[in-house]
Amino acid sequence: MTHMIHRIAGALALLGFAAVPACAQHLTGAGATFPYPIYSKWFDAYKQKTGVEINYQSIGSGGGIQQVKAGTVDFGASDAALSNDRLKEMPRKVVHFPTVAGAVVLAYNLPGLQAPLKLTPEIVTGIFMGKITTWNDKAIVAANAGVAPPAVPILAVHRSDGSGTTNIFTTYLSAVSGEWKELVGANTSVSWPSGVGGKGNEGVAGMVRQTPGAVGYVELAYARQNKLAVAHVRNKSGNFVEPTLASITAAVAASAPALAKDVRTPIVNAAAPDAYPISGLTFLIVYQDTKDATRGKALADFIGWAIHDGQSMVEALDYARLPEAVVKVNEATLRTLTTGGKRILP
Amino acid sequence: MTTMRAAALARPRTKTLPRWLSADELHRRLLALAALSVFAVVALIVWETAHGALPAIRAFGWRFLVGTTWDPVAEKFGALPYLYGTVVSSTLALVLALPLGVGAAVYLAEIAPRGVGQAVSFVVELLASIPSIVYGIWGMFVLAPFLRVTVEPWLIAHLGFLPLFRGYPFGIGMLNAGIVLAIMIVPTIVSISREVLLAMPRTLREAALALGATRAEAIGVTLDAARPGILGAVILALGRALGETMAVTMVIGNTNRISASLLAPGATMASVIANEFTEATGRLHLSALVEIALVLFGFTVLVNGVARLLVLWATGGRRDVAGAA
Repeated sequence: MTHMIHRIAGALALLGFAAVPACAQHLTGAGATFPYPIYSKWFDAYKQKTGVEINYQSIGSGGGIQQVKAGTVDFGASDAALSNDRLKEMPRKVVHFPTVAGAVVLAYNLPGLQAPLKLTPEIVTGIFMGKITTWNDKAIVAANAGVAPPAVPILAVHRSDGSGTTNIFTTYLSAVSGEWKELVGANTSVSWPSGVGGKGNEGVAGMVRQTPGAVGYVELAYARQNKLAVAHVRNKSGNFVEPTLASITAAVAASAPALAKDVRTPIVNAAAPDAYPISGLTFLIVYQDTKDATRGKALADFIGWAIHDGQSMVEALDYARLPEAVVKVNEATLRTLTTGGKRILP
Repeated sequence: MTTMRAAALARPRTKTLPRWLSADELHRRLLALAALSVFAVVALIVWETAHGALPAIRAFGWRFLVGTTWDPVAEKFGALPYLYGTVVSSTLALVLALPLGVGAAVYLAEIAPRGVGQAVSFVVELLASIPSIVYGIWGMFVLAPFLRVTVEPWLIAHLGFLPLFRGYPFGIGMLNAGIVLAIMIVPTIVSISREVLLAMPRTLREAALALGATRAEAIGVTLDAARPGILGAVILALGRALGETMAVTMVIGNTNRISASLLAPGATMASVIANEFTEATGRLHLSALVEIALVLFGFTVLVNGVARLLVLWATGGRRDVAGAA
């Protein structure tokens, strides 16, 4: 009899020993496709460093938010911050962590045009509203003094699939044009007043590449990797700015005070002289209070690593890194994370 | 050896098993279950989509089918442009594919030497197994420039008096989608029509020839008799065209506007679901997309029902005609 009790106790000890670290070794997430390349690199590097394995399904921001709501994942990822209404739908309080920044650029196909195309907010809105229909329009000629854009019709190409890219772009158009805000608005998919839609960055880029006179918006990373000609866009300070990783980070930095108040504030049309105006952040979305203490700790540790050490990897994959001021905002949010009401990090 | 023989002799004793446990009966029930599971799947699809579409049905009612606004920001949804796009692109595909497909089938079954017929039908069946995304990429990178530079300017110059061919030649749009769909459904029409024609009794043609018909007239007689089977092929092809998603999404231009011109971009029911489902965050938006799936399902049921009636009408209720589906 005593022999048997010993054996059971031994087995239990063994189970307990095996089980405790096992649940901290795995985290799951789901959501946005835009940051997937950097996230998978982070997860890989983080696993090698700490042994914590993170599974991520890049099913789209919408799906990620649904899964957070259903509680089937440890974290969600979204290119659009949750609106106040969506926040209310969540069963518990969630917090946002911006991880990297990106930009939406206007790729164009104008054979013979040597200098980079310059666009003002009014021109961009006019083109996508369907009001500016040829490249030799007065406004375009005025913004591109001396380079004479050709007299070909404009084909405005937008994303047909719902995407965070569209959300950033339409948020920008809503910020610079009252008419756009009134008639169309901002969302992952909108009712486009004109133009044609291509599926995915590759669909938009394909149509732009093939159609002389076409202009479409794609992610900066995609445009860089495929060497597309991209327009310089006039920002709030009146400068025409080329979309680069530095000019995106400048846009994020200029928005830092607003982000410190509410991290969900859009960073489009930032005020700094060197800021690229059509920039956006992508977010991790997690519950502020985690039920499972080990998982909560593992998640908080990972986020802390991603916003510090992880930032050194982002530029190689054409994402813009977070400026110091926004890392500070994230640090403050990290300190609010709790498990069972107790703070996770000191 | 002896024990086996003994076992064989003892076998009749199993007859004492209840009737429903006999091998025959079990076999019959298992097969019936397999057949019924198809109904169960369809019933579940209807139930799930109807359930998911309920918020949109409640919010928009019948206006969903006739509304032309699709605005995810304002959460106002009307599916008419997508219904229109599905009907137009599929009709266009059928108009292009039917003469080509039936013509090819007649040649392969009636005129071509047996070896050639088999070789060509092998290639045709190969076409049917190409993934639709490949057709989409071809439509976007090969067909679109050709349409933009050559075909569409010609159409505008010579047939521009018709509203069908007005506008600007962009290469992508309804015409491109129709052509890509036509190429995708031709193999279905060819291979089934060829089988149907080959199954026609030789006596039919021989009788026609004996009565003094020319070769073309004899083929006409065979074709007439094969009509129900060919109709069945067309319906199958139409089913593929209605539901095709990926290739169409890549070449149709994806705008929710109704335009009389075939050169203008459009969208279909399947393409809008593929486009917007993954990133649809609003509850009503998601529900409206599910309702489109429900409408598409209903549409397919309608088309198949009409097809059955057509076949019935064409055969006059006879069941002995080859291919009467």
